[in-house]
Amino acid sequence: MEISDIIIKTIYAAIVVSVLMGFCSYAVLAERKVSSWIQGRVGPNRTTLPLLGSIPYVGRFLTRLGIFQPAADGLKFLFKEDVIPAHVNKLYFVLAPVLSLIPALTTVAVVPFGYFEHADGTITNLVLTDINVAILFIFAISSLGVYGVVLAGWASNSKYPFLGGIRASAQMISYELAMGISVLPVFMWLNGPGRDGTLSLVDVVNAQGGGLWFAMWMPFSFLIFLVCIFAETNRLPFDMAESETELVSGFHTEYSSFKFGLFFVGEYAHMIIGSAIIAILFLGGWHPLPFMTWADFGVTGWLSAVLSVGTLLGKLCGFLFFFMWIRWTLPRFRYDQVMKLGWQMLLPASIANLILYTIVIYFIDAP
Amino acid sequence: MPIVVKRKPLNLLEKLYLPEIARGLAVTFRRMFEKKVTLEYPEQRPPIPEGYRGVPTLVRDPEGREKCVSCQLCEFVCPPKAIRITPGEIPEDDEHANVEKAPKEFDIDMLRCIYCGMCQEVCPEEAIWLQNQYSMSGYTRAEMVNDKAKLYELGGTLPDEHFKWKKKKEASRSAGDHH
Repeated sequence: MEISDIIIKTIYAAIVVSVLMGFCSYAVLAERKVSSWIQGRVGPNRTTLPLLGSIPYVGRFLTRLGIFQPAADGLKFLFKEDVIPAHVNKLYFVLAPVLSLIPALTTVAVVPFGYFEHADGTITNLVLTDINVAILFIFAISSLGVYGVVLAGWASNSKYPFLGGIRASAQMISYELAMGISVLPVFMWLNGPGRDGTLSLVDVVNAQGGGLWFAMWMPFSFLIFLVCIFAETNRLPFDMAESETELVSGFHTEYSSFKFGLFFVGEYAHMIIGSAIIAILFLGGWHPLPFMTWADFGVTGWLSAVLSVGTLLGKLCGFLFFFMWIRWTLPRFRYDQVMKLGWQMLLPASIANLILYTIVIYFIDAP
Repeated sequence: MPIVVKRKPLNLLEKLYLPEIARGLAVTFRRMFEKKVTLEYPEQRPPIPEGYRGVPTLVRDPEGREKCVSCQLCEFVCPPKAIRITPGEIPEDDEHANVEKAPKEFDIDMLRCIYCGMCQEVCPEEAIWLQNQYSMSGYTRAEMVNDKAKLYELGGTLPDEHFKWKKKKEASRSAGDHH
C-alpha cells in the first residue's frame, strides 16, 4: 500500500468519524427536542451564539430550534469536574468509557453510505473499507461495546452500577442470538446457489436496487432485527443497563464530566450505526423507492453521490426519530420480561423465521 | 367490602402486543402537535390572581399623600421582625400637617419577610399592601432590604377615595378647630 493511500484513507476516516460525532451531538439535541414535543414542552431554545444568533429571523429561528445547544452541552462535559471516586479500580474505571465508544466508532468503517457514478458508468462505493465479511465484522465489533458497560459496572465498585453491568451483559447475550439469526435469511438469499456469495453490505444494498426491499418480503426478520437493535443499543424499552428509576443511572452512576460524555456519545453512536444497518439491510440503503434506483431517475455524477448519501441519511434520521418516539411510548420492561422476551419469544421466532425462509428461498431458487 | 374489578382477559391481538404498540405510537405522535404547555418564564408571566400576597409595599392615596402614619403596628406584629420603622414628624407648614406623623425611614428586609400578610391585616390606614410582585433578587444582603423609596416605587397609588385625613382637616376647619 502506498503511503499516499494511507494518508487519504486516514483523512476519509477522520471525516467520517467527525461527521458521526456531529450526528451524535445533534442526535442528543433531537432526543431532547422530540422528548419535549411529545411531552408538550418546547425543549432547549435559549442557547445562542453572539453573531449567528443575532441575524434577524434566521438567528432567532435557529436559537428557538436549539441549534447551538450541542456546543454548550459538549463544553459543559469538557469543563465539569471529573470525579474519580476513591473506591473504584482506577485503570478499568478510566478504560470503560473508552471501550464503550471505540467499538461504535470502529463499526462505521464498513458501513457504506452511498455511491458515486463516474462519467464512464463505473461506480465507486462511498465506504471506508468494503470488506467481504462486513456484517460479521459489525456483529463482532459492536458486541464488544458491552465490555465497556460491564467493565464500568464492575470497576465502579458500587452496587447499582454493578447491577446495571450484570443486566447489560445478560441482555446483550440474549438478544445477540436472535439478532444474528434474524438476518440469516437475507444473507441466505444473497448467497444462494448460482450467486456470487457475499457478506458485504454494499452488495446487500445493490441486491435491493430495482427490486423489493428485504423488509417487504422478510417482515419478520425486519421486526425481530429492529427489536434486537433496540436491545443492543440499550434504548428504552430495553435500557436495563441504565434503568434510571431503579438503578440511579445504572452502569454510569459513578461517572461524571467527560467520561460520562463518552458513554453518552458511545450510546448515540451505537444508535446511529444501528439505524444505518437497519436501513442498509432491510430498507434498501440509498435506493429512494422500491423497484427504483437513482440511476432509473437518470441521476449520475456528483448528484448521484449527494442524493444517495442523502437518501441513506434520511432513512437513518427516520430511524433515529423512531428510536426516540418509541422511548416516550413504551415503558421499560421488567428484567425478567426482557429475558423472557429474548429467550422464549424472539429466539424461537427468529429460528422459525429462518426455517420458513429456508423453505421459501429453496422454492424460489428451485430449478 | 373490597370491590373486585374483573379484568378482561386479553384477546389475541392484545397479546401479540404489536398492534397496541402501534396505537401507543399514534397517541404519542398526536401529542407532538398539540399545544405546548410550557410557560417561558421571564418573557411570559403567569397570571396573578386577585388578592395575591406578593412583596409588601407602601401605597399613596390618589392625591399623592403617603398613607402610612408611622404607627408601627406592622413593625410590632411582623412575625419574623422584617420591618423597621423610624417615625418622623410632618412639618407644621405641610399640607398634610394634621396627620402629624409619617415614617422617616421604612425598611422591609425581604430576606426575613415570610409573606404572611399580617402587616397588611393590621394596618389601620391601609397603607401597606402585599401586591402582585413575587420575584425579588439581589447580589448582596443590603440590596434585599427595601427602603422607603423602593417601597413606594413598588406600591404606587391605591385608587380608593376615602381621603380620611383630608375630611378630618376640613371638618376641624369648619368647626373652628374644635374637632
